[in-house]
Amino acid sequence: MAALIKLSELAVGASAIVREFPKTGPAFIRLREMGLLAGTPVTLVRTAPLGDPLELKIRGYHLTLRKSEAEHVLVESAP
Amino acid sequence: MALPTHISAPSANSTSRVPVYALVGNPNCGKSTLFNALTGLKQKVGNYPGVTVEKKVGTTYSQHGQPITVIDLPGAYSLAARSPDEAVTRDVLLGRRSDTAQPDRILCIVDATNLERNLYLVHQILDLGRPVILVLNMMDLAAQAGLRLRLNRLEHELGIPVIACEAANGKGIIELRLAMSRTDLPLSRHAWNVPAPIASAVTELQASLIAHDRKAPLIARAEALLLLTDQDSVRVAGSTPLDPRTAEILRGWEKRWEGEGTDWAGTLVNSRYEAIGRLAAEVVLPSATTGPTTSDRIDAVVTHPVWGWLVLGLVMLLLFLSIFTLAEYPMNWIDGRVAALANWVKAGMAPGDLRDLITDGAIAGVGGVLIFLPQILILFFFIGLLESTGYMARAAFIMDRLMSRVGLNGKSFIPLLSSYACAIPGIMATRTIEDPKDRLVTILVAPLMSCSARLPVYLLMIAALVPGDRVPLLTKVGIMLLMYALGTVGAFGFAWLFKRTLLKGAPPLMIMELPPYRLPLFRDVALHMVERAGLFLRRAGTVILGISIVLWFLAAYPKAPADATPTQQLAQSFAGRAGHLLEPVIRPLGFDWQIGIGLITSFAAREVFVSTMGVVFNAESSDNDTKPLRQAMLAARWPDGRMLFTPLTCITLMIFYVFAMQCMSTIAVVKRETNGWKWPVFQTVYMTGTAWVLSLIVYQAGRGLGF
Repeated sequence: MAALIKLSELAVGASAIVREFPKTGPAFIRLREMGLLAGTPVTLVRTAPLGDPLELKIRGYHLTLRKSEAEHVLVESAP
Repeated sequence: MALPTHISAPSANSTSRVPVYALVGNPNCGKSTLFNALTGLKQKVGNYPGVTVEKKVGTTYSQHGQPITVIDLPGAYSLAARSPDEAVTRDVLLGRRSDTAQPDRILCIVDATNLERNLYLVHQILDLGRPVILVLNMMDLAAQAGLRLRLNRLEHELGIPVIACEAANGKGIIELRLAMSRTDLPLSRHAWNVPAPIASAVTELQASLIAHDRKAPLIARAEALLLLTDQDSVRVAGSTPLDPRTAEILRGWEKRWEGEGTDWAGTLVNSRYEAIGRLAAEVVLPSATTGPTTSDRIDAVVTHPVWGWLVLGLVMLLLFLSIFTLAEYPMNWIDGRVAALANWVKAGMAPGDLRDLITDGAIAGVGGVLIFLPQILILFFFIGLLESTGYMARAAFIMDRLMSRVGLNGKSFIPLLSSYACAIPGIMATRTIEDPKDRLVTILVAPLMSCSARLPVYLLMIAALVPGDRVPLLTKVGIMLLMYALGTVGAFGFAWLFKRTLLKGAPPLMIMELPPYRLPLFRDVALHMVERAGLFLRRAGTVILGISIVLWFLAAYPKAPADATPTQQLAQSFAGRAGHLLEPVIRPLGFDWQIGIGLITSFAAREVFVSTMGVVFNAESSDNDTKPLRQAMLAARWPDGRMLFTPLTCITLMIFYVFAMQCMSTIAVVKRETNGWKWPVFQTVYMTGTAWVLSLIVYQAGRGLGF
């Protein structure tokens, strides 16, 4: 298994698979409900012009979240 | 534990009364479009009591012409609510709200291009044990995206009617009506397994909810599942609190799981998505992978680090200029019509108190309400356009970083920007902000953005400030920019302060969908626009009208002798006396009782200050020519012979107008948007208080420095 990195550190355009997710906090329950779960493939589409928030592509749609949340999500880079 | 499988729904409601459907779906799935297509103009818009969430109810007809009621519930991603809007959707569906009967049936609309995430809400709704019709909207866009959907498979797996639809083109509406007319709608037979560690907690909670909270068995199970993911569910406004015994069971399980390190909420969400994943694998046929979509290509420019700002700047400039300049023509027209009407009444009626009440009180008051309509209509036309095309989400995405510096998120940007034109539509536009605290902070600071009504006051003061009859353009623009900057800094400063003290909350999230770009639907935009205008007239209009009449009365009574000039009349009216009463409070700011009268009357609208000064100093003036008034003001003296309008006084007065809440219409709208008098009163006190303190500092410091 490849090393895990923070979702916030994923390069723009890169894809990865979510591996670890914080257990508590309303933000993380909502992110799960939006379909961002352990095992979900994600692509970092871009960052906003000022570097934050991030735009992800998951399950065929585009989702934004701030870096402050993304740094708690660990992902495994996909080839 | 598998869901009990029922084959047909109770049919008691099918003949005796009008069936009620709740329309639910994620944001951006075309729900409003479907609602408009079903009900046309047969809609009623109101508010859910106690919260500022819109209640939309419409009527559609079955194939046999029988009326069917449709409640358009606010868009939601999940029943585990994260905003007041989502809470209303959850509470109505669960039958928790006493003001809205629990709907008999549920119409679920999903975006066919984004099936998995949309099905999450559907999955929760199937648990409610009500008959559900599933509408797959945007089938045309799904086909364009190369998605092939097997609807009959979905229908088979869920056991409920599934209708393919293109609400924007009116396709599938007939089939939907046909399904809605059925009296024998089946209940879903979709079964999903609650994960083992949680199943026994659900059973136990369900039993307690049936026994102690008197819930029906299926609703009780849905409530039990929700209690485990929805942190708010125990303390929700408008719903009866949980029975202590049920709450005790919930706490017991949570404590136990926390000890064991079980992620119960996450497990529940995961297992729903697993079930959805299996379903989607059956229904969605893998498409040939496609390249970047049109939407992706637009976004490459629109959210580009350089071009993105340019596009945002252009869109905002267009929005701003339209409110500022385009609105002027209809506003002048309304002004002219109202004046003509007043003159017509004056010509036709004998002079007297009643005539004055009608013309100067009522007609002028109605005019004062109508005058806002052009700006409101234009702003909501733009907002409707921005929302239905998908650009609104991008603007919030781009601005989020900047807004987060003061603790707000990107969604506060458009309302604040609109407030430069007028705070009324700006405050009405805060409804797009989900977080109640962020929304309130945005409402509280919006009137600090210098609106167009302050311009005449600034212009008059600048004219009085600068020697000579012509003000150099650079000086004028310079001082003006300074005032705009002062208001903007004030707004962000207070937002920062409020978010740290009074309205402290969790840092706002920016978890939001960026929907694909779509062509706007003018019918939806127009309906939205007219709805806003109607709400403004009904709710805020009455308050504005009432205060206008009171202000008129204060300036017109008691009556001076018949041969008195308007100047003498105003001086001895209640407003004039109030000016004298006010003088001790405003004298430290360098204002006398005559300016005091202006402060009182301009509570109707800031620009009234200019016309009041015209009456006070007996000088005819117009917007284009302030010369006579300027000269009269410069000739004004304190009783001890000192000049009244010194440059320092003029600057102080401008600063006062930057911060003071001199606008009854804003107060009326804030009252409506916050559901009570608490926040408008607080806002008036903090704004006018700040204005007084800052003016005091500037004036006294200026005096100290010898100005």
